[in-house]
Amino acid sequence: MTSRDISKVLRQNIRDYAMYIALIVIMAIFTITTHGLFISSRNIANLLNQSGYIAVLAVGMTLVIVIRHIDLSVGFLSGFLGAIAAIALAYWHMPVYLAIPLVLVLGLGAGLLTATPVAQLGIPSFVASLAGWLIYRGALLLITLKSGTIVIPNAVFNAIGNGYIPDILPANAFLPGVHKLTLLIGLVAIVWMIVSQIRSRKAKQAYKFEVLPADMFVMQLVFLAVVIGLITWVLAGYNGMSWTVVIVLVVVGVYNFVATRTVLGRHIYAIGGNPEAAELSGINVKKLIFVVFGSMGLLCAVAGMLFASRLRSATTTAGTLFELDAIAAAYIGGVSAAGGVGKITGSLVGALVYISLTSGMNLMGTDISFQYVVRGAVLALAVIFDVATRRRSRK
Amino acid sequence: MSTPILQMKNITKTFPGVKALSDVTFSVTPQEIHCLVGENGAGKSTLMKVLSGVHPYGEYTGDIVYEGKPQIFHGIADSEKVGIAIIYQELALVPDMTVYENIFLGHEIRRGITVNLNETIRKSTEMLGKVRLDVNPETLVKDLGVGKQQLVEIAKALSRNVKLLVLDEPTAALNEDDCENLFAILRELKGQGVTCVLISHKLKEVIKIADTVTVLRDGQTICTLDAHKGEVSEAILIKNMVGREINNVYPPHTHTVGTEEILSVKDWNAFDLKAGRPVLKDISFNVRKGEIVGFAGLMGSGRTELARSIFGNPDGYRISGELRVRGRAVHYHHPHDAIEDHVAYATEDRKANGLILIQDVKQNITLANLKEIASRGGIVNDNAEVKAADEYKNALNIKTPSLEQTVSNLSGGNQQKVSVAKWLFVKPDVLILDEPTRGIDVGAKYEIYLIMNRLVAQGMSIIMISSELPEVLGMSDRVYVISSGRITGELPVTEATQEKIMQMATA
Repeated sequence: MTSRDISKVLRQNIRDYAMYIALIVIMAIFTITTHGLFISSRNIANLLNQSGYIAVLAVGMTLVIVIRHIDLSVGFLSGFLGAIAAIALAYWHMPVYLAIPLVLVLGLGAGLLTATPVAQLGIPSFVASLAGWLIYRGALLLITLKSGTIVIPNAVFNAIGNGYIPDILPANAFLPGVHKLTLLIGLVAIVWMIVSQIRSRKAKQAYKFEVLPADMFVMQLVFLAVVIGLITWVLAGYNGMSWTVVIVLVVVGVYNFVATRTVLGRHIYAIGGNPEAAELSGINVKKLIFVVFGSMGLLCAVAGMLFASRLRSATTTAGTLFELDAIAAAYIGGVSAAGGVGKITGSLVGALVYISLTSGMNLMGTDISFQYVVRGAVLALAVIFDVATRRRSRK
Repeated sequence: MSTPILQMKNITKTFPGVKALSDVTFSVTPQEIHCLVGENGAGKSTLMKVLSGVHPYGEYTGDIVYEGKPQIFHGIADSEKVGIAIIYQELALVPDMTVYENIFLGHEIRRGITVNLNETIRKSTEMLGKVRLDVNPETLVKDLGVGKQQLVEIAKALSRNVKLLVLDEPTAALNEDDCENLFAILRELKGQGVTCVLISHKLKEVIKIADTVTVLRDGQTICTLDAHKGEVSEAILIKNMVGREINNVYPPHTHTVGTEEILSVKDWNAFDLKAGRPVLKDISFNVRKGEIVGFAGLMGSGRTELARSIFGNPDGYRISGELRVRGRAVHYHHPHDAIEDHVAYATEDRKANGLILIQDVKQNITLANLKEIASRGGIVNDNAEVKAADEYKNALNIKTPSLEQTVSNLSGGNQQKVSVAKWLFVKPDVLILDEPTRGIDVGAKYEIYLIMNRLVAQGMSIIMISSELPEVLGMSDRVYVISSGRITGELPVTEATQEKIMQMATA
């Protein structure tokens, strides 16, 4: 393998790799500036638990932006739905296995409601969801008005944002202080990743497609295995995988599968690429606007409950600016504002970049005013980079 | 003959892959009405875009001499400055602004930093008087009819001291009264020293108003005729417009047309609710098994509207009439219904609404029929997709480095083949091809024709919409001609000639 091969492969895949590289660079910088504190198991676990909701919202927002729309209502809708969960548990004494589905259904309904004027009347989603932003903000204030903060008394519910998956072996047997089940999951993930990569490579070779040179392929496998291994090791070093991480991974896994492997996903990306051509190809564009906004509402319920559970309470300001965090994360992750382009995994990485910036600068004691400036600069750089590489690859 | 106000000499303009204008010479005498005629794609609009600076200096070769001086236009602003104004078929007015605001848009009469409203309105009234339009200048443009809007455009041109006024298809959307009125005003303006170039498809009008007629064909000047010497007649114009040799660019074929009517349309009317006008009137036609039916007609005659109204009506026209497919009356409410019923429509503009340009070849080929390669649960089988796409790639000889090549990187001809492949993948009984060879080179055209012949030999029926008369004559078994939303003629190909079709299309 010559260095020219490497540079060719890198150039072809630079957009895919850039976000991962950026994430690693950012984490490395913070690790150095905080003398290792940033990368400590405890901090990483906290970081993920505190901001898992951004990743969940960013995943839903990715599809919304892919079909050339936007949803501004997601922040306060999340806050509102979190408060509903709190009320159901604290005041209505609803069992947790009823409260959670109820909130999910409400979220789905809210998403469909936002979609109605967009799909049926062609109202710009910016306006329709801005109306939702105002309405849900008012609704949140209204239901938390009397009590202010609503404390959630349910331990099971609160475990969603604070608890960790149980271990298979007692803590002190074999590798004391390390979470064995998390390690096992990580190991399974590595094996599964290697097997599926090899299978897809073989399938491609069977069709005589261009594949990465064998040595590059092995390097890629090693790289990915090391990344998964490191993440697992870091997580296993504290309390293991938290329920929040499990939920985020499930959401990302399901959405990534739908986006890349299913007819539904194909149709969504086709609409983003060219709505008129999609319609003329027999795709019901209106219906899919409902599907995408409905899924966004559902994820708002998930995010709202994650946040409420983390705080063990619902507050009057829950959800403030979540929508902009989610949109920023999606754009950092490579979603195109022109529609039709954007990976679910990219948005996850975008969310991690965004979360890492916040957490790292907090650890460094950076002033909040400066934090906003940095986050804004990263967003601008990410989008400029995206546009620049896109333009070059077109040539 | 006085010295020409405008001379365009040896103008050549090429687009990637196509020579739109080749050595065109065009000369206009002051104070005349000069008509420019030719088929779709003959180069009329391109020539006017060169004149106005839309295609700026440097993108074409040749000289423009205006009022005795060579001119270099880098943009529309330059041509406007010397008194050239072009009014396009799609009017360039802002509907939600008043008449006076539109007239002085971009040339506002100022007083300091504010607009001098009183002077603007006074001058607007004066300009409106010149075009004999009796409306309050404070009316919103959207509240005027199309005919009056056109006069506002002319008033706008006059406010900029236009000397050479170019009108591109001004009468396409006008009724007879408005046409008469427009022509009266043009003659009046002629008397006031304004020279006029008129692009038109309606030959009867051309004969009525023209002092001189220039005919373009395939990007070349064919002739310039003087109406006052009796050189202009409908027959002469048609002969010059279509007089190209039909050379051997069509593969020989013997279609075995069945007797079974695969698709038939009866008393089909469509009303465009957004534009508030009927687009199709009392259309009846049929297509038999294994037949290629050509639909000829000029741009805007309603051919595409007809195809789309049949294909699930994505524009939401109000439709009446009967559509039968394989003898069964059907109602398609969405393109999806038509596709399910094996009726396919490859659009006229593959880039705008045919292909997903940012996606790759295989994704485009399979898009309209993903269920074919997906499990019942809706999971796409990537391998089956590659296999299917590869089959069509080979069958249609699509030249692409791989199936994963982004479609925008392919040549026009190969994009068109991808579009055809996409619709063949839905296994249609009836395939509607709208301008199947627009903007692609001769070799690719020939291949598309071969594919069409192969498909009808397999029993498929094809409706081919085309602006190229030789193509219609070379490929069809039967020809329908559409003009202004009506079918104005039906000819077996053996009886059809370019002259006959052009006569029906300009009726």
